[in-house]
Formats: sequence, structure tokens, C-alpha cells
Amino acid sequence: MTKYLKYFLMVLMAGLNSLCVLAQTNNEVPQMADAMRANGKIYVVVAVVAIILLGIFLYVIRLDKKISQLEKKGK
Amino acid sequence: MRQSWWKILSVLLLSYTLIAGFLGTVPVKPILNETIRNLYFHVAMWFAMMIFFIVSLVYSIKFLRSNNLKHDWYAVEFANSGILFGILGIVTGAVWANYTWGKPWSNDIKQIGAAISILIYLAYLVLRNSLPDLDKRARIGAVYNIFAFFLLIPAIWVIPRLVESLHPGGMGNPAFNTKDIDSRMRMIFWPAAVPGWTLLGLWITTLRIRTRILEEKQLTND
Repeated sequence: MTKYLKYFLMVLMAGLNSLCVLAQTNNEVPQMADAMRANGKIYVVVAVVAIILLGIFLYVIRLDKKISQLEKKGK
Repeated sequence: MRQSWWKILSVLLLSYTLIAGFLGTVPVKPILNETIRNLYFHVAMWFAMMIFFIVSLVYSIKFLRSNNLKHDWYAVEFANSGILFGILGIVTGAVWANYTWGKPWSNDIKQIGAAISILIYLAYLVLRNSLPDLDKRARIGAVYNIFAFFLLIPAIWVIPRLVESLHPGGMGNPAFNTKDIDSRMRMIFWPAAVPGWTLLGLWITTLRIRTRILEEKQLTND
């Protein structure tokens, strides 16, 4: 029984190993949809700054709405 | 939200400034490299600051002519926004200088001039808050604000033209060398970056003015 288990494990390891090698060779060649990594990853910076600006805009818009509500209450 | 078309315009212009500012092509220059893109952000701060200080001056003069306290509030809040953009300009300038001039602060005439003018405007806020009497505060504040503006002119417009400097532009135009940027950059800077940042500052200023008016109303109601 233990003998069979040993064989089974060995085959499994070999299979996993070959899968790993396959995955590695796969990683080296086809890279798709990598716009975010092009041009020194400048698009990442664009995304970060866009998020910051979006956050500031949302904040200012909410503040504006709040003040508008207060103005309505005062009247 | 009130009168929202120019607020939407500000969002659109700034989004365009960011996307095109990062992804558009720029002239290739030694030392500057990609940092030339800072034109859309650092330089726009100074334009916005100058516009807010001019508007603040106009409202101070208006206050002295009309004695309407509302004009005084407008003057203070525009000065506040001017100071905010001035500080942002000086800080971003220091970051930029660190990588192009070698150190963040090199006692360059333009850095000193900008720092002095911001200190003069900070003194305006301190002076106002040291006067408890409302009318006196508004009147003396308005007079000082006019004085401050006429110190701003030599500090950032005149003296930098007379002295050697590390800052681009040099003798002649103190702020920037128009030959360094090309038409692609101009198409982002003038129609989008300057009005975009100015409108965002204006938006924040109007919010502060409206808050101030609400506060005054509450005080008179209580």
C-alpha cells in the first residue's frame, strides 16, 4: 500500500514539476494586455493621479451640495 | 449644487490636463527630461494664485468704496485661495528644483520673491484676526490688502527680471521661457491647465464664501 502511495506521489510530483516548467516557459513569451506596463509604467501614474483628482472632485461636489442644503434651510 | 456649468468645465479641463499632460509628447530637453510636464501643474499654480490675488484686490477696493462687508469676505477668501495656490506652487517648485537644480532651495531670486509675497499675504490674515472690531478689521484689512498687492508686483514681476536666476526665463520674462515649450504643450497649458486649476480654485473659494455668509447669518439669528 505504502509502495503504491510512493509511486503515486512520485508521478504527481513529476507532473507538477513539468507543469511548473511549462508555466515558466509560458510566462516568458506571451504577454497580453500590458498597456499598464508600457512606457516605464507611466499609465500607472496617470491612474493614480486620476484617482486623486476624482476623489477631490467628489469631495468638493459633496461639500457644495451640503452647503446648498444649509442655504435652503436658512431661507 | 449652484451654477454648475463652469464646475463641470473645471472637471473636464483638469481631466484633459492630466491625461494629455502625462501621455502627450513633449520636447526632449537635457536636465528637464520628463519633468517638463510639470508646466501643467507647477506653473498653473502661479497663474491661479495671481488671478486670485487680483480678484482679492478688486474686492478690497470695492469694499473701501461701498463699505459692504460682503465685499470684504470675498477679498479674504480670494486671498486665502491665492495663498493656498502660492504655497502649492512653492512646494512643487522645491520638489522640481531638487531634481533639476540639485537642491530644493537654492535662495534663487524667484524662490525668495515668491516666499516673501506669501509671507506678506499671511500677514494680511494675521492682521485681520488681531482686530476684534468688525468694521475696523475690514477697513484696515482692505487697505493692507492693496498694499500687499503692490508689494507682490516687484517681488514676483519686477525684481526677478533684473537679477540672474536659475529659473527658466531668466532676464526678460521671469516665469518661463516660451522657447522651451512647443505648440503641443501650449495646447494643453493655455486652454486647459490654467483655466482648469483656476476654476477649481474658484469653486473652493465660492464654497468658503458661502460658508462664511451662512456663519454670519447664524450669528445674527442667535
